[in-house]
Amino acid sequence: MMRKLALLLLAMLLALPAFAIDPTNIPDPKLQARYQSLTHELRCMQCLNQSIADSPVELAGELRQEVRDMVVAGKSDEEIRDFMVARYGEFILFRPRFSARNLWLWLGPGILLLAGAVIAVRIIRQRAELVDQDDQPLEEEAGRR
Amino acid sequence: MRNRFIIPLLAFALLVVVLGVGIKRSPDKQVIQSVLIGKPAPQFTLPSLTEPGTNVSSQQLRGKPYVLNVWGTWCQACQMEHPQLMKIRELGQVPLIGLNWRDQDDLALGWLAQLGNPYAHVAVDKQGRTAIDLGVYGAPETFLIDARGIIVHKHIGPLTVEIWKRDFEPLLGARPQAGPT
Repeated sequence: MMRKLALLLLAMLLALPAFAIDPTNIPDPKLQARYQSLTHELRCMQCLNQSIADSPVELAGELRQEVRDMVVAGKSDEEIRDFMVARYGEFILFRPRFSARNLWLWLGPGILLLAGAVIAVRIIRQRAELVDQDDQPLEEEAGRR
Repeated sequence: MRNRFIIPLLAFALLVVVLGVGIKRSPDKQVIQSVLIGKPAPQFTLPSLTEPGTNVSSQQLRGKPYVLNVWGTWCQACQMEHPQLMKIRELGQVPLIGLNWRDQDDLALGWLAQLGNPYAHVAVDKQGRTAIDLGVYGAPETFLIDARGIIVHKHIGPLTVEIWKRDFEPLLGARPQAGPT
């Protein structure tokens, strides 16, 4: 029991830094929610695999400030994304936008999966036929003996 | 027997080609291409570091190409870059404009006094707003902006005379000159 408590406490302590990085709290809960969602969507350009919400570098802090200012000023989520993309490119978005250029990125895996499934079905059917063919000679042999 | 392998082999070959092309064409992920190349440099009007009481603005810089170098005294790589900037300044081809990013005036002035000042003007960006408009994500970064105010090239990381000669110089003559150089 004590071990479980200790583990729980440890886990909670380890989670604390997440709060320390971004203490921003916008009074309006709807704006705060949008701010949180946006800062988790935007990539920190210095530590490429972290969002600006999680990154401790100064640039991330500045960009969070920008997002905060824009959210409070009444800009829409799209406008804020556009602002970031205009300066840093599509790469700043963790979820690339659906456009002609990104078409392959979005559809590629689905298409490959479908192609793989079709091929798999064909192979299974071929094998099923072969198994049928195998059965017959044995029966014939059994018959002949 | 061979027929069964041809289709998967072809599909695999196609995949290799597609992925190979993708990998060859993708820019070095360490250095992400600037999305602002070919676009107008963002407007800025910032206080001057070296001429207190005056401003450095993108408007006033138009009409001739210039180089915008983003730096800060807190930036180790900028310190390494500095002697190279002095050499580039000596080439005398294009004015160097400094963008002092998220720094303190007294530290910045001290730095220039100690290491030398390669800049024709230094604009002070304390909030970092102009840097964000430029899509800067680390110092040093250097932009080449042409006479029309269009960003023609961006270099991320310390600039050297070698890189200058290889990447910046060829672009200097690209725009038709309105009068004698």
